Amino acid sequence: MTAVEIPVEKWSGAVREVTLGSSYGGGTRTSTVTVGGETSLPFLGFEGALPHRPALAVEVVDMKPADWSPELVATWGDDLSDPANWAARAVEEGADLIALKLRSCHPDFGDRSATEARATVDRVLAAVGVPLIVYGPGTADKDNEVLVAVAEATKGEQLALGLCEEKNYRTIVAAALGNGHLVIAQTPIDVNLAKQLNILISDMRLPLERVLMDPNTGALGYGLEYTYSVMERLRLAALMGDAMTQQPMICTIGEESWRQKEGRAATDVPEAWGELAERGVAWEVTTAMTLLESGADILVLRHPGSVGVLREALDDLTKGA
Amino acid sequence: MALTGLQIYKLLPKTNCKECGFPTCLAFAMKLAQKGTELDKCPYVDDEAKTALDAASAPPIKLVAIGAGERAFEIGNEIVLFRHEKTFYHQPGLVVRVKSDDPQLAEVAARVASYEVERVGMKLRLDGLAVEHAGGDAAAYAAAVAATRAAAPGLPLVLMSGDAAALDAALSGGAAADRPLVHAAAAANWQAMADVAKKHGCPLAIRAEAGDLAGLVDLSENVRGAGIEDLVLDPGTAGLAGDLVAFTQLRRLALKKGARALGFPLFADAGAPTWQAELARATQAIAKYAGVIIIDHLEPAAVYALLTLRQNVYTDPQKPIQVEPKLYEVGSAGPDSPVLITTNFSLTYFSVSGEVEGAGVPAWLLVADSDGQSVLTAWAAGKFDAEKIAKTVKDSGIESRIDHKKLVLPGHVAGLSGEVEEELPGWQIMVGPRDAVDIPNYLKNVWGA
Repeated sequence: MTAVEIPVEKWSGAVREVTLGSSYGGGTRTSTVTVGGETSLPFLGFEGALPHRPALAVEVVDMKPADWSPELVATWGDDLSDPANWAARAVEEGADLIALKLRSCHPDFGDRSATEARATVDRVLAAVGVPLIVYGPGTADKDNEVLVAVAEATKGEQLALGLCEEKNYRTIVAAALGNGHLVIAQTPIDVNLAKQLNILISDMRLPLERVLMDPNTGALGYGLEYTYSVMERLRLAALMGDAMTQQPMICTIGEESWRQKEGRAATDVPEAWGELAERGVAWEVTTAMTLLESGADILVLRHPGSVGVLREALDDLTKGA
Repeated sequence: MALTGLQIYKLLPKTNCKECGFPTCLAFAMKLAQKGTELDKCPYVDDEAKTALDAASAPPIKLVAIGAGERAFEIGNEIVLFRHEKTFYHQPGLVVRVKSDDPQLAEVAARVASYEVERVGMKLRLDGLAVEHAGGDAAAYAAAVAATRAAAPGLPLVLMSGDAAALDAALSGGAAADRPLVHAAAAANWQAMADVAKKHGCPLAIRAEAGDLAGLVDLSENVRGAGIEDLVLDPGTAGLAGDLVAFTQLRRLALKKGARALGFPLFADAGAPTWQAELARATQAIAKYAGVIIIDHLEPAAVYALLTLRQNVYTDPQKPIQVEPKLYEVGSAGPDSPVLITTNFSLTYFSVSGEVEGAGVPAWLLVADSDGQSVLTAWAAGKFDAEKIAKTVKDSGIESRIDHKKLVLPGHVAGLSGEVEEELPGWQIMVGPRDAVDIPNYLKNVWGA
């Protein structure tokens, strides 16, 4: 018999542990989600610790999305019209947490007020016990207004507030800092920009244990390889001890995959594309699996079918870890 | 492991006879280290030195060809663990498995052979068919392989059987001409399998139980001792985590430890009861080091996703895919349709064209030649300035196809609008969104307003 000496990488760094949701000090969650803590590359249990499995979030929008894929509309049905029902159903489908998007506050999509946004967040918090990610409508001014109001009204819930970008990080970080929340720091597919934003955030004294990093997701066929490689580089840097890359990574898989033609077009596409129902899930699952392999800690998904497939894959990937 | 010039020099005659064309043995050695000349140029080098140099100059993961003719594919010859370190070179073959007693075998074979999908201007196809010996004797297996070849001529094959006699029958029946991959030699049958593969000149897969890398090394030594040079390693299947560990360890052993016995492409059996679970397994195999990937489901949506992923992951990070710089029509654009300009980085182009298409507003998309750089990068490098934009507009012939003179610039180069206006007298320069995702909203609410 030949002995094979297995090469084992000795990493000096670790990904930070980040916990979403709280059940005390103002928090009303019945479960919390902790991610991060890795001291090895994804799922390589033989050379480091993988204390927490990646978490699956399901995206819920505060208004019936007008532009979503017909496959998603058919799957969620009436639940799309009510964020509380939608969130409850998502938890039944296996979501570890809910990513609530306050789209109706966008000036172009209803321009609802911060007060109304607070009410929506309250209803979703009441409907589910899992932690919440709350995304603003996606325009800087309104994001600041809405997220600050929500942060104050939910003090202690340990929400993750998004997006926190270079242009608005001060406001969002301040809102998180004063109310016990987390932020999602998003930068456009670039290692140095990601590091820089983490530095700016930590300069404001928000503990890095309350920062998730969103490296910006490119969907399968639409830039996935860029995200894949940037995440591998970020994770390698984290393990090598670069403190400003050690945030757990969150990827908005569902939004990116279902936005593409492959996730939307039911007709007038080549036969080789297959049917929309299968194709949309295939696109979401493939994007998700690829980014899990490169270090994703939280996946934000849209289709319950994908949640099921990825839950099984994660069971398999984290077996014995 | 590559040798340095000095290490090579020690193996040379050191006579400085100049017959190699170099002034000294040392100069020759230095050139050899840079792979700038061949060892054969030295008439006096001894066999021992030859062997050492051959072994040292061989790639850490051998290039193995599967199949013959136009559809043959090559795997291996990889040199990095992460694609950002350089690039991945030889994309894995995606192979659909059918059982030899499947009554639909010929039909599946024909479907696999004809599956094709186009992406970023490239035609993506499945690479082969694996015929798994299921029941029946050697003659029955040979007949199934013959039927497969008749239904899908020229399609590379993987012949999966533990029965050397069945493989010999299939290969003798004509399949040898297609140079299929023979799968698999295991501890119990390696001698017979190696004999068959050698007799017919086929690459051979060796298979150990999951987790038994030492067993794989032993098999490798054995079959290479029996004269087989083209190997594929099947480390067995042990679930997603186990497979990831095995594939990572094998790649590291080949690249970082120079483990000759393990310096071959890897075989991933991604088969699973549902196409979804299989998709997850095959995704991992593409992302992490497989050379051949077996799937059981011919679900077009999943196949399309996998072929797209393979194209993504195997794109050279240093050479982004470019699109042809020219005028593109999105939808049925007419004289009153908007004109948008962007750069010819493929991702930029596909993001923009995808969003314009998604908006449902027919439009003209002018793609400037930026050497395949994105808008911001090209702007910073001076490859997407007012002059280039004006030239692109003038050369495109767009003016004769529209009845307005409005040009939408990417939001990232809003600062160029004044200069572009000077370069293009009579045109109204509008500033579009910075991100492609905001284009639909822009076209619906700003352009039309």
